[in-house]
Formats: sequence, structure tokens, C-alpha cells
Amino acid sequence: MIAYIIGRILLTEAALLVLPLLVALLYGESPVPFLVPILLLALCGGAMGRKRPKSTALYARDGLAVVALAWICMSLFGALPFVLSGDIPNYVDAFFETVSGFTTTGSSILTEIEPLSRGGLFWRSFTHWVGGMGVLVFVMAILPMNDGHGMHLMRAEVPGPTVGKLVSRMSDTAKILYGIYLAMTVVEIVLLLAGGMPLYDAAIHAFGTAGTGGFSCRNLSVGAYDSVYFDVVIGVFMLLFGVNFNLYYFLLIRRFRDVLHSEELRTYLLIVAASVLAIAVNISHLYQSFAASLRYAFFQVSSIITTTGYATADFNAWPAFSKAILVILMFVGACAGSTGGGMKVARIVILAKTSVCDMRKMLHPNAVATVRFEGKPIGEKNIRSVHLFLTVYLIVFTLSCLLLSLEEMDLVTTFTAVAACMNNIGPGLEVVGPMGNFAAFSPWAKVLLSFDMLVGRLEIFPMLLLFAPSIWKRKLTVKRSGGF
Amino acid sequence: MRIIIVGAGKVGLALTQHLSGENQVTVIDQNPQLIDNIINIHDVMGVCGNGASYEVQKEAEADKAELLIATTSSDETNIVACLVAKKLGVQHTIARIRNPEYEKQLRFMREELGLSMSINPEKATAREIARVLRFPNAMKLESFSKGRLELVEYRLPEKSALHGMQLADLYRNIRVRVLICAVARKGETIIPSGDFVLQAGDKIYLTSSPAQLEQFFRHLGVFRGRASSVMIVGASKMCYYLAQELLEMGMSVKIIDRDEQRCIRMGEQLPRALVIVGDGTDSELLHEEGIGQTDAFVALTGMDEANILMAMSASRLAGDCKVVAKINRRSLLELVAAESMIDSVVSAGSVTAELILQYVRAMQNATGSQIKTLHRIVDETVEALEFGVTTPAPYIGVPLKDLKLKSGILLAGIVRQNGQIIIPSGDDVLNLHDDVIVVTKDTSLRDIGDILQ
Repeated sequence: MIAYIIGRILLTEAALLVLPLLVALLYGESPVPFLVPILLLALCGGAMGRKRPKSTALYARDGLAVVALAWICMSLFGALPFVLSGDIPNYVDAFFETVSGFTTTGSSILTEIEPLSRGGLFWRSFTHWVGGMGVLVFVMAILPMNDGHGMHLMRAEVPGPTVGKLVSRMSDTAKILYGIYLAMTVVEIVLLLAGGMPLYDAAIHAFGTAGTGGFSCRNLSVGAYDSVYFDVVIGVFMLLFGVNFNLYYFLLIRRFRDVLHSEELRTYLLIVAASVLAIAVNISHLYQSFAASLRYAFFQVSSIITTTGYATADFNAWPAFSKAILVILMFVGACAGSTGGGMKVARIVILAKTSVCDMRKMLHPNAVATVRFEGKPIGEKNIRSVHLFLTVYLIVFTLSCLLLSLEEMDLVTTFTAVAACMNNIGPGLEVVGPMGNFAAFSPWAKVLLSFDMLVGRLEIFPMLLLFAPSIWKRKLTVKRSGGF
Repeated sequence: MRIIIVGAGKVGLALTQHLSGENQVTVIDQNPQLIDNIINIHDVMGVCGNGASYEVQKEAEADKAELLIATTSSDETNIVACLVAKKLGVQHTIARIRNPEYEKQLRFMREELGLSMSINPEKATAREIARVLRFPNAMKLESFSKGRLELVEYRLPEKSALHGMQLADLYRNIRVRVLICAVARKGETIIPSGDFVLQAGDKIYLTSSPAQLEQFFRHLGVFRGRASSVMIVGASKMCYYLAQELLEMGMSVKIIDRDEQRCIRMGEQLPRALVIVGDGTDSELLHEEGIGQTDAFVALTGMDEANILMAMSASRLAGDCKVVAKINRRSLLELVAAESMIDSVVSAGSVTAELILQYVRAMQNATGSQIKTLHRIVDETVEALEFGVTTPAPYIGVPLKDLKLKSGILLAGIVRQNGQIIIPSGDDVLNLHDDVIVVTKDTSLRDIGDILQ
């Protein structure tokens, strides 16, 4: 079953590569860098996904394994166009860039973005769009596996402490999510076109916003246009894509009260508002007017909290207080059930509330208190899984920093490089700041950071569980008895 | 169709399994663990809460549903849930009602409270056991067309005269018109054609009129007449319904139970039965009460394991006895079905689910013909459906050999309006007002026209 699903995903990737192929042809570039991967994917995907296995049972651990393996395979194949076209001749570099694309991180090893081929840049940004809402969700929308085990896949790929369906059928839920996602992307493209951005640029930036990825076609990112209109449009849309998509569904079915009362949404907006004000005040001495500092503060806050990573200012040059706020926002992340990364506002709220509740119990040891989130009491199971997430996250983060420090870069770079990758933001500080890049790292460090990016996007456990021997043992015995 | 199921217990789970494929199902239950399990395995929406509450039903979007099925363990919850659903605008409601006291006011319930259907699992299962006791050769017996056509499940014993016989030869040699419409062999289900060869250990499904079926078994030399004396262990509600029905059929009934109070109550309700206080697993007691001369033994206690053991030991003590056991847990059901120590096994959950599915399928029907009966055989992989041909259609009057039927479909029988039963061959035709029995692995048939390509 695992091979079957991965086969289908590879076939899907082949189909998706057709779009950048068309773009390359449109701009008169060679289609070969795309044709070769398409053929390879079609072959491998066709071989694995040809026969539907007799037992379609998919348990929790299979869901996690499938998601992790699928994303790794997608990235391995997705790097080929860059290598074949000469845009990124080194395979490790290309792999890093592709993982950065699919995981919607936006970290780049490129020192110069603009010289790349049009087709290549398009594929680079299109990976953001696909990875944002998720490739398995996409597959479930178009190739329904209606025997019900899809819940495990969805739980493994969609971020957040708890994942639920919008409607009874999984495939319908996936279709609705993608429908909203597509609609919002198109609206943004239209608004950007209205502001005078060329169609190609508008598409690239809309993909980067929708997936909250951050790849641009300009070296100076969104700052290259120096337009208040674009800053506002992209800034607002970044925030919109950082909201839980379930809320958009509620808006569609007119359950307005659920949207207004969403605790996570209110906290999210509050954090954004507070950060923008604090930073605007802090940097006001750097800009002519307070309005200007508001503009730059708003864009950067919106970009970092949603883990997009676009930049209109070199915030590496900002005062330490603003940089500290931005680093904290890197960890907070966007809302659960959105395309953003980070730990997610929902988890932060749950952690804060349970901590306050437990501290209060120190004063009143016999008190009984239930922690409520979004109006309903949170179960013990959920609280424990949030604590588990935080713990494992910190362990992985620390180990990554330790290993990366062998690169002998300054500590701020090391720390923020890991933070930028694990939270899927893109730019960090110092060497990997908004005007910098990841080119200076050695190949194995890039592999480590690629691993961190996948860990962040898939919310740790699918990637970690690949190291558990029992997953492989079961797969091997199943193989011996004749196929998945 | 949007369906709400209240209660994620055994019956709720079975219903979800069969309904979630083609419908949009939401399951409501108070136990979050059960809800979690169900949404992990089936493509349904789960809501944790009290299914009888207005708020919870609104959360489950009951106002947009066409059918609500209430199968919690409490009759009162089921009835209230259906009432609330009715008020929210749900057109069809089904409630599981077990308590015999509510049983008596059933018609009031249906008309005044708007219940579309009520199910009493114990009564329905008791009826199934009674059918099997009427015709002990069968492991299971289903009837169609008001009992005019019957479908019998029979396992070929080791030294069966049918071993190695080809179906085409069978029909020629035995002068009885029966049709073997399905065979289960080693977990595989086959809709057989004329060149299929029977083997010992096969479970075959025969259809014919009751009289012809009796002839068939007489011809084989294995015919067992209806049971005249029955021993039941376990004085439960099911036992009450069963004993009532058996006594009406003229059989003599002996009931054994360990609990004296239950025995006294049963004795008061059923004066014509003999009620004994004792342990049904005690072979001494069974011998004393004449298990050797009993025609049938039914194990109906609350524990599946006890029922299995009692049934197996009764099989050993009395070779000729027809042994029936009640088993609720699906996993045990499959285990026992694989072995052949117990003649017949019944499950209240299966019977209930089947009745509800029959209703749901009939609901989903367009006008034209209707599904009158639905039975699921061969471990619920094959459906035997009875359609009534109620309106004129192009396939009426056409010889069957000229109709292009879909593969995997078998016409098991035609019952004419005048009661004549036909085991169809290529030259027979379908007439208006016939009842047609179709056997198929395809679970999407809604209309008699669906059997055509």
C-alpha cells in the first residue's frame, strides 16, 4: 500500500512538472530539463502505482511513513530540472533548493536569483504552491481512496495539534481545501496584476505567498519593486494564508460566529498587531516617517510570523530589540491548519493556558480546573501531545545547532539558520539574513538543513519515525509474503 | 444521501461499514474513543456528544440529513434522538427498541412520533433462530416473497453425496428444481455456473420453494424434519421471544438458566414452557433433562464464549441435535464459522444491521420497482435481493437468454403474481407484478433494471 501511494504521488509530480515545461517553452527555453524528470517519474510512478494492492489497510504508522517517504522522493526527483538545465549544477545544492521549495521554507543557496531560467524559477516557486497545502491532500482530492483510512495521511501531513475533516468524505474535504486555496491564489494574482506587476512575477509571488514559502524571482525579494501597494497586498495575503483554512470554510457556510470566536485567530492577530507596533516604534529612527516604519514593520512581521520569508528591508540591520521580536515570531509561527510553519499559535495558546492553570494549582493544590481551548475542554491526550511536540522539537533543534556549529560560523548564523529551516521561514540573521543566502555551507550541512526543513514542515514525527527500526521490519516481512 | 448514526457500538459500526461507501455518514457517540476508532477506519465524520441532544444534532448537521438511525444501548435515548431529528426536519428515522414494554405500543410510536421504523434486535434474531429450527438442515434460512421462496445455507459434510458432482449433472440427476446461487469455499465467494464442481466443506446457498427444498434434502438422505423439542440455555429477552414463537409452532420448550429470579420471571411469562434452574455447561444436568432426545439446542446466554462452549459440548453429547449459538463479537463469529462444530450461529448485530440496510436501500430507490427484501449471505459479501416489478419496462416479456445481464449476477427465482415459483432458465420471461430474486456480489443495485448492462 505504501508503494502504491508513493507511486501515485510520483505520477502526480510528473503531471505537475508539465506546467513549468509549458512556461519554459513559452519563453523559448529547452524543455529537456523537464521532460527527462517527467519520463523518469512516469516510469517509477507507473511501476509502483500500477496495481492497487488487495489490502488497502493503512494504519497510523503507515500514514507517517508514507508522508515522510513521499516528500523525500518528491524532492529527490524534483531537484533534477535544476541540475539538468544548469541552473544549479550541484545536485546537493539543487536538492536543498527543492526541499526548501516543497517545505515552503524559502531558504536559498543561490547567490544570484535573476539569471536563472524562466522555467526553472517557475518550478522553484510552484513547489511552494504544491507543498503549502500538501501533496497528499492534493492526491486525496483528485484520486479518492474512499475506504476511509485517509485520516491517517491527512493527520500526518496537515499541520496542527488536532486535525479534523470539514465534511464526511475525505476527498470532499480535500477538494474544498484546495478550492479555497486556488481561489485565494488567483485573487492575489489579479490584485498584483492590477498594480502593474508582470504576469510571470505575479504568479511567482502569489505561489510564494500562498504556500507561505518566500521564493521570489528578484534578488532583493519583494523589496525590489519598492511599491507600497505590493507590500500591502502581499503583506495582507501572507497573513490570510496563515489563518486556519477551516475558518474560511466556515465563512463559506455562513457560520460567522465560529470565525469571530476563534481563539487562535484572535491571538494570532493580537500578536501581529503588538509586534508591528513594537517594531515600528523601535525602528522609527531609521526611516523618514512613522508611516514608513509601520509599512516595513508590518511587512516583515507578516512575513516572519507566517514563515513566508519575503523581505522588503534588510532587517539584519535593525536594532537588536526588533531582531529579537522577529526571532521569537519565527518560533511562534502561523495558525494550525494553514500553510504556515513554526510551532503554530494553537500550540502556543494551549501551552500558555495549561501552564497558567498548573501554576494556579500550586497555590490551590486541591482545585479542579479544566483548560478550555476554542470553547471546548482540551483532553489530556491533546495536552500531552503538545508537550511532546515541544520537547522533541527542542531536542532536534539543539542537536541540529550542535552539528551545524561544526561549520565554524558565528553562533547567531548557526542558531538562526537552524531556526529558519526548522520553522520553514527562509531568511535568518547575519550570513543567512534576508540579503544573504545559504551558499556558504558545506554539502553535508545542506543535507542536515534539508532534513530540518522536512522535520519542520511535516511536524517532526514522520521524519523521526523513519529511524524507528520497527517500521522497516514490518515492511520487509510484508514484502516477503508477496507485496503491499 | 446524508445519514446520521447515533451510537457507535456493534450495530453502529456494522452500519457505518456498509453505508459509508456510497453515502455521507456522520456518527454521533458519547465515547470519544469509539468515535476516534470509527473515523480512523471509515470515511465518515464523527461527533462526540449526546445524540439525543438538539445542540449535538445541529453540530452534526442533522438538519441537512435524510435519515437518522438511533442504535444506542438505551431505548429512551434512541426514541428521543429520533424525535429531535424529526423536529429538525429529518424525513426518515429508525430507532432500536428492545424493551418488550415499548414493544406493545409500537404502532403508537410509529404513527404519533413519526418513527419510520423500529427494530427490536432480540425479536428479529429470535425469528431467525425459529426459521432455522423449522428447517434444521439449514445453517441459515432466509425467505422471500412472503415465504414462497426460500434461500438455505448448507455445508456439505465430509462424506456428502454431492462431493465431486458438477452442477449441471446435479440438476439433471435430481428431479427437483433448486438453484445453487452461491458457494463459499475457503474464504472465497463464487457465483457458480453449470460446470462448477462441488467439494466437501463447501458452503452452498440453495434457492427454491420450501417444498422443493425438503425434497432435495430427502433425496440426499439427510433430511431433518422440523425440531419438536428444543432446549434453550439463557433466560434472556431473546429467549422469551424465541420460546414464544416456538411454542406457537407447537414445539416443546425447555429453558435452563443459572439465576433463580430470572427463571421465576420467565416461568410466569411463559406458562407452557418448562423452566429449570441450573448451569447449562453442566453435562450431568443436560443428560438429566434429556439432551440425547432433544432435537435442538440453543445457547443464548450473555457471554459469547459460554455459548460457544455449550454448543460444542451439546454437539458432542447428542449427535443428531441441531445446535445454535448466539455470538455477538465479530471476531469470534468469523472463527466459529470457519470451524464446523456448531451448526448455526446468529448475531443480533448482523440481523439488525441487515434489516436497517434493507430499509436504506429501499429508500434510495427510484420509482419503478422496489426492493422488497434484502439479505446478505456468505459473510455479507453477497446480496440476495427481491425486487417487485411494478411498472412496465422494456425488459418485461423478453426471454432471459436475450437479456444482457451484468456479469456476477444470477437470477435465483421468479415468483409470479399467482404464486407460481419458477427457477429461471434461459426461456423464462419477467412479467409485470412478478417478484424477482437476484443474487449478486455487486452492492449497488437499486432497481431491477440495474441488472442489465
